[in-house]
Amino acid sequence: MQEIWVVAETYQGRLAPVTLELVGKARTLASGAGGKVTAVLLGSRVTELASELIACGADTVLVADHPELALYRTLPYARVLTDLIEARHPDVVLFGATSQGRDLAPRLAARLRTGLTADCLDLSFDKDGLLVQTKPSYGDNVMVDIVIPRHRPQMATVRPHVFPAPEKDAGREGRVEVVPVHLEQADLVARVREVIAEVEEASKLEEADVVVAGGRGMGSKENFNLLYQLARALGGVVGATRPPVDEGWIDAAYQIGQSGKTIAPKLYIACGISGAVQHTVGMEKAKVVVAINKDPSAPIFNLATYGIVGDVREVIPALIAALGAHK
Amino acid sequence: MHIVVCIKQVPATLDVRVDPVTHNLIREGTESVINSFDENALEEALRLREKFGGTVSVISMGPPQVREALRKALAMGADAAYLLCDRALGGADTLATAYTLAQGIRRLAPFDLILCGRHAVDADTGQVGPELAERLNLPQVTMVKKLECDGKTIVAWRECEEGTAVWELPLPAVVTVESKINTPRYPSPIGIVRSAKKPLTVWTAKDLDVDEDQIGLKGSPTRVLRLFSPQRTSHVEILPGEPEEAARALVAKLREQKVL
Ligand SMILES: Cc1cc2nc3c(=O)[nH]c(=O)nc-3n(C[C@H](O)[C@H](O)[C@H](O)COP(=O)(O)OP(=O)(O)OC[C@H]3O[C@@H](n4cnc5c(N)ncnc54)[C@H](O)[C@@H]3O)c2cc1C
Ligand SMILES: Nc1ncnc2c1ncn2[C@@H]1O[C@H](COP(=O)(O)O)[C@@H](O)[C@H]1O
Repeated sequence: MQEIWVVAETYQGRLAPVTLELVGKARTLASGAGGKVTAVLLGSRVTELASELIACGADTVLVADHPELALYRTLPYARVLTDLIEARHPDVVLFGATSQGRDLAPRLAARLRTGLTADCLDLSFDKDGLLVQTKPSYGDNVMVDIVIPRHRPQMATVRPHVFPAPEKDAGREGRVEVVPVHLEQADLVARVREVIAEVEEASKLEEADVVVAGGRGMGSKENFNLLYQLARALGGVVGATRPPVDEGWIDAAYQIGQSGKTIAPKLYIACGISGAVQHTVGMEKAKVVVAINKDPSAPIFNLATYGIVGDVREVIPALIAALGAHK
Repeated sequence: MHIVVCIKQVPATLDVRVDPVTHNLIREGTESVINSFDENALEEALRLREKFGGTVSVISMGPPQVREALRKALAMGADAAYLLCDRALGGADTLATAYTLAQGIRRLAPFDLILCGRHAVDADTGQVGPELAERLNLPQVTMVKKLECDGKTIVAWRECEEGTAVWELPLPAVVTVESKINTPRYPSPIGIVRSAKKPLTVWTAKDLDVDEDQIGLKGSPTRVLRLFSPQRTSHVEILPGEPEEAARALVAKLREQKVL
């Protein structure tokens, strides 16, 4: 039997979307393999979130509730998880590939001397019950299937938005177990002074349903105003590739891609963007992609659902007008 | 202050394809460079040395051609370079790499700070930094976009899902850095000349006092089953006509798709 664990993440008293996606995926994997899903919930005053994890597919929720766990820090979290994993021997432990998961999972993997696959886009069991972890490599140009044949647990961080959010079933039954937390002085050497909430618009980029992104092809800071107008007409947020950031047309917080943000909006409109892989890794999870570019052979068209070949300075105003006419 | 910077050499271009028949990687060109985030790590180390004095050591595990990357790091301003190079180290995954680097870094003790890149752009794991921190039993902070140091403690700004978290931790520690943290300098002509005289030491597995079961392929829990090309079928529908016509057609399509 496969015992699959998901390490839950919370922000401001709510479960992270990727946690629910992972519990849903673990449920599907476990059902196919006759397994069980356990969610591990760490934090301070988080117990009441357990029922939502059960509704999403967890059989058991292990709750580690302690004031020192209120804000994420590597060492106390690693201590609690090491103790639990060493006592209960799960087969698989999954994390979101978030700033927390990608910090915590490797620390734990090294402590447990086991394998870890980063930033997975898919998970499945092979015929021998090994977890096949599919991850991108070389800026998403290559996909790799990785297994961990002999070491346990098999660990992976999984990119947000790749699995659907599960349907919640409030009637599902599960067990909530509060586990003891033993921290040592050495676990507490790092301190989180504060968390500065990003108040700028940029923080909305990752959550936005519509993103209008501009590239070097926008030509100037003034032309970026067209993007703001289009975004306003669509109820969306503006993003950018790296050149406009380097040129000072827009703040770095709005950069999308390998060294910027990763987004998965319903609609993504690329304006004057060539489609370099360092950019597209950050937006390829968008549902509908529109590309506006004067070069019909620009690689962005390979990723796009709809394309308009033309000058952004003409096409964007026409688009704003067409949206207005439709209302 | 003694700062150790971990540097990985990566292909200059990520334009890589999988051969559909052999399933091997086909690389465009063979040029290699320092992983860009590791240049940020080195730049940060050099700035700290300017402030506190001391030594910057760079260390890498890899094949003999990594000397080139280390020479560039010396030309940028590092004081000494170490290459962990041995056939027995080949095929290492992040766990084995971190173990081997940790054994190398132990030989460089005492040190105050270890800097890594947030991830290597080829495999994109970002695991070696935290795994190294665990092996050296040091605290860590990852994906740092701003760093302050008073010589004894560091304050590190890292992006998290809620915004920016400000961490404070005692030295020695392991820090992995984002590209936002700084702009790496170019080697100056004088730097390049001076670097030729700087020491570049090569250590084999024997020099490192490593446990054979923990290095190379043997010490790697993960196995690559297969490589393949991502499904990138282009289904783009080009909307023709003058801008006005194309724009109207697009709005109609987006309504149809219910994204508007
Ligand atoms: C380590 C590293 C990390 C990186 N990280 C990122 C990252 O996080 N995000 C990122 O975006 N990039 C990143 N880059 C840069 C990336 O490689 C590309 O250089 C960048 O994405 C290109 O941006 P662009 O498409 O806006 O510009 P270009 O590639 O110059 O493309 C401009 C496009 O606009 C079109 N165009 C020009 N004028 C017009 C017009 N009037 N109307 C319509 N179309 C027009 C052109 O046909 C062209 O296709 C990174 C690079 C490196 C090496
Ligand atoms: N072979 C290596 N030699 C030296 N440093 C490395 C090596 N591999 C990874 N690193 C360091 O660890 C960071 C993260 O790498 P990775 O976990 O491979 O994404 C890199 O930015 C380097 O600083």
